[in-house]
Amino acid sequence: MSSPWKRWLPTLIVLAIFLSPLLLINPKTYITITISGLAMGMLLFLVSSGFSLIFGFLSVLNLAHGALFAWGAYIGFTSFTLINQWTGWGGSNSIFLNIIIFLLALIVAGLLVALLGIITERLVIRPVYGSHLFQIFITVGAMIVMEELIRIVWGPNDEVMPVPINFMGSWDFFDVVVSRYPLIAIIIGLVLYLVILTILRKTKIGTIVRAGVENPEMVQVMGHNIYRYFTGVFAAGSALAAIGGGMWATFVKSIHPAMGGEVIVFALIVAIIGGLGSMTGSVVGALMVGLSYNYVAYLVPKAALGITMLLLVIILSIRPTGLFPEGT
Amino acid sequence: MEVDPVAEPILKVEGIHSFIGKHHILQGVSFEVHPGKVTVLLGRNGAGKSTTLRTIIGLLSPSQGTILLKNRAIHHMKPYQISRLGIGFVPEDRGIYNLLTVEENFRVAMLQEERKTREMLKTIFDIFPDLKKFWKAKAGNLSGGQKQMLAIARPLVNRNELLLIDEPSKGLAPIVIDHLIDSINKLKEFTVIILVEQNFYMASSLGDDFYLFDDGKTVHQGQMEELVRNEELKKKYLGISGTN
Repeated sequence: MSSPWKRWLPTLIVLAIFLSPLLLINPKTYITITISGLAMGMLLFLVSSGFSLIFGFLSVLNLAHGALFAWGAYIGFTSFTLINQWTGWGGSNSIFLNIIIFLLALIVAGLLVALLGIITERLVIRPVYGSHLFQIFITVGAMIVMEELIRIVWGPNDEVMPVPINFMGSWDFFDVVVSRYPLIAIIIGLVLYLVILTILRKTKIGTIVRAGVENPEMVQVMGHNIYRYFTGVFAAGSALAAIGGGMWATFVKSIHPAMGGEVIVFALIVAIIGGLGSMTGSVVGALMVGLSYNYVAYLVPKAALGITMLLLVIILSIRPTGLFPEGT
Repeated sequence: MEVDPVAEPILKVEGIHSFIGKHHILQGVSFEVHPGKVTVLLGRNGAGKSTTLRTIIGLLSPSQGTILLKNRAIHHMKPYQISRLGIGFVPEDRGIYNLLTVEENFRVAMLQEERKTREMLKTIFDIFPDLKKFWKAKAGNLSGGQKQMLAIARPLVNRNELLLIDEPSKGLAPIVIDHLIDSINKLKEFTVIILVEQNFYMASSLGDDFYLFDDGKTVHQGQMEELVRNEELKKKYLGISGTN
């Protein structure tokens, strides 16, 4: 394959996924589905970016990532409920107060799950650095334990995720129905992507993390305590999973203890499509999966999950290292 | 054959044993490195030269023996602690971050971004002008020689007292090697160098003292001029004759 073709491949695939459904779907429905697909993509990005970053920097295949996602959803659920009991901001007519309570719940979820991530990294992951086989065993074990802990703390049944009142319903733009929450999710996802990208590209810590993705041994040799960065990146990846969990739960309006297991499959596909360790790869991969899933779910509902697998097979057969193998 | 016994050694390696997995690679390596000198570690492939450098910087933990940096034991320390004491390491594969720019490569290396570091950067640019020219370029796009210069210059930004360089001539054209020799000669003013080198021309051009390695042990030591003249030693331990 020639070099220009390789360079433009991700753009061409995204454009093909983005535009080809227009041949089969009427434009107004297409816009509604596209926004839903972009929102799903942004939520998948939040989950897969943490997974990808942890794999890229620590070379750890963290299959407990889905459980951290579920913990984020449950902590988000509890913190939203408690804050709403004290303030009533979730039911307020002010969209500003709705956004504040939503963000507060996400921040609490992110911080507590980051702490859980630190404990997991220290106790579970650190003894198995360098051995992928043991990592798979031990992180699957950690996932089971964390899921069971959710059942102990919150009970085994599904819960209805509270949603701020102004996040429900839809807006009507020129006769096109646009659901409110997906639009909010897209904006929050984009802001977080830009924040992550700025940290990785513009700060010294971010530069060291990118260097560590490429050659962690040399980072140590240059005077940086790599284990501190390992813990930090694991905590950041866990926080992203938690924020993704809280936002996903608001998107589907329900939570259950095994919800992480379902999403980790998508996160894995997105991270592999994008290129492990790449944030831009994660966002592009997530948007591709989110959009194609929603278009196919509308046209051939039974083939929705299959299309993401097909996408994975196509991308890997063209580019075995993912769309953005060159980091950030 | 003795090295200068007067000056206090900056680094003293005594009876080091190191394993890679189950393989006993270093089986009693001892040598001293003196200020103002380039000490060259020589020997055939697999003699333990690179393993010695990796043990000094802490990437491998010695099972026996001591490593003293200015009389301070460092053999139990982690690589980042050893690096912060003033030892820079240039591995055989150069260890540069190909996806980062030259500037970002230096940014990772800088332990403090203060005035002295900026002054050192100016000195580095005088010695390696290509690095200034390609400051914003991705390191992966540099030529082999430029990558090697980046790898050598990067740890110097912290004014490291000791620089460990592993096979800098590897994969470079003879004209680039000459250029690299000139540059490393200029670095002698700023840092003490331990050089592992298979290319005897480069080793003899740069070295002041030498240690010969065989089967994980140091078997001979002395001044480089003596080794250049000693055909028997060169043939026995390096498999070469003449200067190449």
